Amino acid sequence: MTIQKMSYAEAVLTALNDSMIADDSVSLIGRPFSLGPTRVLAKKLKEKFPTRVCEPPTSEAANAAVGAGAAMAGARPFVDLGTGAFSFLAFSQIVNEAAVCNYMSGGKLRAPVVYHVNHGVRGAGAPQHSHDMHAYVWNTPGLQVILPATPNDAYGLVRSALTNPNPTFIMSHFKQATMMGDVELGVSIPFGKADVKRTGTDVTIIAVSLMVHAALEAAEQLATRGISAEVVDVRSLSPLDEDTLLQSIEKTGRVIVVDESPLHGGVSSGIAGVLADRGFKYLKAPIRRVGRPNTPVPASGPMEEYLVPGPQHILEAVASIL
Amino acid sequence: MLDLDSKWRYFSNMLLVRRFEEELIALYKTGKFSGHFHVCIGQEATAAIAMDLLAQRDHITTTHRNHGHMLARGVSEKIALAEILGREAGMNSGYAGSFHLTAPELGFLSTSGIVGGAISLGVGGAYACKQRGDQSVTMALFGDGALEEGVSFESLNLASLWKLPLVFVCENNDATLWTPSGTLSKEHAVSDLCDLPRLCGIATKSVAGLDLNELNSTFTLAIEHCRSGAGPFFIEVKTARWPGNRTQWPEPVTGRTDLNMALGRQTIPDEDREWFEVNDPVLKIARQLANEPAGDSKLLEIDIAITRRMEVAVEFALSSPYPNARKALDHVFA
Ligand SMILES: Cc1ncc(C[n+]2csc(CCOP(=O)(O)OP(=O)(O)O)c2C)c(N)n1
Ligand SMILES: [Mg+2]
Repeated sequence: MTIQKMSYAEAVLTALNDSMIADDSVSLIGRPFSLGPTRVLAKKLKEKFPTRVCEPPTSEAANAAVGAGAAMAGARPFVDLGTGAFSFLAFSQIVNEAAVCNYMSGGKLRAPVVYHVNHGVRGAGAPQHSHDMHAYVWNTPGLQVILPATPNDAYGLVRSALTNPNPTFIMSHFKQATMMGDVELGVSIPFGKADVKRTGTDVTIIAVSLMVHAALEAAEQLATRGISAEVVDVRSLSPLDEDTLLQSIEKTGRVIVVDESPLHGGVSSGIAGVLADRGFKYLKAPIRRVGRPNTPVPASGPMEEYLVPGPQHILEAVASIL
Repeated sequence: MLDLDSKWRYFSNMLLVRRFEEELIALYKTGKFSGHFHVCIGQEATAAIAMDLLAQRDHITTTHRNHGHMLARGVSEKIALAEILGREAGMNSGYAGSFHLTAPELGFLSTSGIVGGAISLGVGGAYACKQRGDQSVTMALFGDGALEEGVSFESLNLASLWKLPLVFVCENNDATLWTPSGTLSKEHAVSDLCDLPRLCGIATKSVAGLDLNELNSTFTLAIEHCRSGAGPFFIEVKTARWPGNRTQWPEPVTGRTDLNMALGRQTIPDEDREWFEVNDPVLKIARQLANEPAGDSKLLEIDIAITRRMEVAVEFALSSPYPNARKALDHVFA
């Protein structure tokens, strides 16, 4: 097994490269990570696979539909839709077409298309460039919803997406693009498996995407105070690994759910609901959610920072249930 | 034809926009604000004419490339700059940033950074104008890229069907990439963007974004057409991309535009010769005005005054505090 250190963005593009080598039907529509220093990565892939890397016009609806239709016809497109908010323009094609074609056809059709966006509060993105998409897409049965938090997870989950028979929506947090980490090349990570990123016994912190890093930071600080926190990275919202989440709270009896999306109808609410339904018997304290208040994201720095959950909010939540 | 006073007025407006954005790039380079931003260097003439010809009651929608439209419509450079710097004194109290500057008191509706946002919201503005029946019009300003989005076709079709008083203004800032014989663009299958509205039966005119007279007559015609109830009008304004906009973030590649280049007192740097000689609307009008009696000294006087105004604006913006962070929770609902 080869292990290589690379950035998150490089891991996604390397996974694409390796999948394109492994399977001739894989192609790329779009310019992944095209904002900032990571933009050269897609260009390199284009040089390597000039006919299988297609740079589309600013036409998200058509781009998503091309992905869905081509997938139904046997291709394996990876469609990059840019900033999360741009995928709103493609919602019908994703939600009304790709996600339900297997169901509507009585199991006869498949649309193994992969959609990818950069999501989240990115710094001065203002309301239209700061969206977290995962709560919106998680409410779409038939769509797999994946949020890697590390380069290795990004690599392994993209590899899985490109061999999986179902449509997948992958979100990469803006702030993760340049994060570095070791990647196990050639290794796919199956969907529906949460990852315990740190083991602990006193409290479980369940986190999604960038918030995994906030949770790990909080756990580190808790350790210095003699509190042992377990950090569980959900990674895959659909399919959801309820068992791993429940096993952790069975052990610790206390749980914080952390996510960047707004609290109402947000992902932390959805996960807390699952835990309340199936894990109430394990809990020694109420479930606490840490998320963004129910507001859009303003442009100005101090106001933006005020809204974003971070380690401090997690520590406060832990303190309130210990 | 524009009279001399109007030309001087438009020149002043255009130079203010130019100096504003040059200052903005300098502020960005020195870390005074962060985030993506877009400048309209090379497109100032469109802003000056279009914003001046609209009436008080008309509506406007614009995009991520909105600074020129705001200033030309009369927004103070102080509050525009403070907004882009995320300050409390900003025209939208720090919520908007560069992307979403808006001044409803001057007719602007929401400023959208979503490609296809401004063109389609403009249809709504025009619908409201028509419902009111007061001969008001809406002007939607958007880039050539907007015509890659499906909603733009829907907007053209609907505006035409309902004969809405909407002036579509497509600011085609990649015009150098286009040839009359065909398209070199990777984004558009048509080589003439006006073909798209024409298919929907909309009156169109393509105009160079350099010539104030031509812009003035085209925009006057379009606005009159819409006021008269004849339905929408589509203007394509062609400009050549400013070299500093060829990168993702604006780069100060041409430095501060030296008006002495228009007066023949300063040599034009070789790399950017074509842009400054042929494609810069500010230098173009400056060259014309320099030929007027005492024109050269008047040009430089105006520049000194505008430069001073910008110094005051920068001071104002930098000394304005950031908003109280808790204000992030305000204005979610009206
Ligand atoms: C729906 C959507 N897709 C993609 C983008 C990213 N984007 C920002 S500016 C831009 C180019 C727009 O080109 P054009 O409309 O010609 O405007 P210009 O920037 O040239 O003034 C793109 C694709 C976006 N803002 N919105
Ligand atoms: Mg353009």
